[in-house]
Amino acid sequence: MRAVLAEDQALLRVGLTRILEAGGIEVVEAVDNAPSLARALAREDIDIAVVDVRLPPTHTTEGLEAATAVREARPAFPVLVLSQWVEPLYARQLLAGGEGSIGYLLKDRVADVDAFLAAVRQVADGGTVLDPEVVAALVSARSRPLDRLTDREREVLTLMAEGRSNAAIAARLVVTEKAVGKHTNNIFAKLDLPQASDDNRRVLAVLAWLDGR
Amino acid sequence: MTDFTTMQILAPVRLGRPFELTADGLLDRLRLTLVSAAYAASFVPSLALAILTVLCLALGPALGLGILLAQAVVPATAGLTALHRRVSGRLLDEEITPGYARSGEVAALVRPVRWMRDPARWRNVGFLWFSASGGFAMSLLPVALLTLPVTWLILAVTASGWIWLLLLVLSGPALVAWWFVTPPLVRARALAERAMLGDSRVTRLEQRVEQVEESRAETLDHNAAEVRRIERDLHDGAQARIASVGMNVGLAEKLVRTDPDAAAALLREARETTMDALDDLRSVVRGIHPPVLADRGLAGAVQALALALPVPTSVAVEVPRLPAPVESAAYFAVAECLANTVKHAAASRAWVTGRYDGDRLRITVGDDGRGGADATGSGLAGVARRLDAFDGDVRVLSPAGGPTLVELEVPCRTA
Repeated sequence: MRAVLAEDQALLRVGLTRILEAGGIEVVEAVDNAPSLARALAREDIDIAVVDVRLPPTHTTEGLEAATAVREARPAFPVLVLSQWVEPLYARQLLAGGEGSIGYLLKDRVADVDAFLAAVRQVADGGTVLDPEVVAALVSARSRPLDRLTDREREVLTLMAEGRSNAAIAARLVVTEKAVGKHTNNIFAKLDLPQASDDNRRVLAVLAWLDGR
Repeated sequence: MTDFTTMQILAPVRLGRPFELTADGLLDRLRLTLVSAAYAASFVPSLALAILTVLCLALGPALGLGILLAQAVVPATAGLTALHRRVSGRLLDEEITPGYARSGEVAALVRPVRWMRDPARWRNVGFLWFSASGGFAMSLLPVALLTLPVTWLILAVTASGWIWLLLLVLSGPALVAWWFVTPPLVRARALAERAMLGDSRVTRLEQRVEQVEESRAETLDHNAAEVRRIERDLHDGAQARIASVGMNVGLAEKLVRTDPDAAAALLREARETTMDALDDLRSVVRGIHPPVLADRGLAGAVQALALALPVPTSVAVEVPRLPAPVESAAYFAVAECLANTVKHAAASRAWVTGRYDGDRLRITVGDDGRGGADATGSGLAGVARRLDAFDGDVRVLSPAGGPTLVELEVPCRTA
């Protein structure tokens, strides 16, 4: 897999490059500002972009805009957005297209190297990965309807919203995959969500509901 | 005319004991007649300026000529009224301040708009008409009462003819009138000028409110900028470093079995980065509110500041604990001044003195460097802005060749 990396702080750029390379992902270009990122994203030989939200020149949301722009030009091009803090509003902007292959994570998550690399692969494979912080914010914003869910169902919903498959959820909660399947069915029924077999569509449905759209 | 004689001529008007005929009383009335003559003479420039003002208004915006003319007429009026304020102020033994709205900082072509809106300028125009009409008459009266008999006297002596003598005798009452009316008339004129040219309490309050609004806006801007700076410092410094520590440790964890050496190197790097992150945090905290300021107050904090400077700095700050906002503003103001000293002054030594008299905090920051400090430079302007919020003052004395003295003053009542 070949990746473009955009991160303005040298320390983190080096760290991320090391981690991606350690996971067998080749970083073909590591840039530190928005204009260079726009140039790099035009390359045909890349499979994924890992971008920081804040980049020079203005240090606001360049990474976010670049992700939105590249996905307009190349629909469903995988982008994983990293940030030092997550903002549900930005998550909504990233998910707006509804085509998946998008990720939005706190930089802290990178410290769990294997989970981070798994997230990169998931996004590259068309999945959706959202930081638990975003999900938590969305869940707390929609707390009332969630009262209908049991605690266990809420745990499952949260993990589902983060883009995990049933197998991953089962491993995390130390239950059987069959039990997770039962929970998800209950959740979908209680929240009036369209049933979907495909992991990503399922995630998007949950997120759309959480996001109140 | 020396200062001493002007002081004499413009001594305050006293209306005491008009029935005592003394040499002093005579001298006093003679000098007041002279003043009155000057008041009356002001009729000429007043009338000219009054007419020009009417012209300005007539030509005004339509032709643009009025705007150009106003550029000369309005300052000239201000000059003339300033002179009158000084003279009348002396006679009443008080200071008469104009209280104009500020117009200096806007472009010359926009200034007439400010002038049009400024009641003090309109009162100036009113004064011009007064000075050219009623004021002229009342100021001419003492002069006329005195000069008429004197004229007859001179004529009686020089030109032969009993007619002058008769007129002289008949004009006796004029002298009596002159004796009695001169002091009250001069005083009345001075009072009228004070009423027209002095600023009213309302104007003073308006100006004060304007000042407060301005300093409030500046303070808010300044605070917002500070908060943004702190946010950036945290984001680019400690937060990024801690994130990178996490990455390194995570990677080390992954490599610990396959490549222990690389893992050890990563952990060492992580440990060093942790130190840097703590350094960053410390400097951010110091930038928000130095711990030593919280612990020791202004005196201790300035002492601590001086110890860290490359220029030998003596500190004699003897102030009690003051309210935290004042301490903080004063501390950062001193820090800014000393930073300027280190950066620009090429000084061999610097000093900070401070005292508090229960009412005002006064601090002087000085150095023996090259001088020529720019009070409008960003650093010192920032200091002024900081202290503005407290109605504080900054005075910079920095002749080329030094020494530089920056005097900070902050009113502060509750110790």
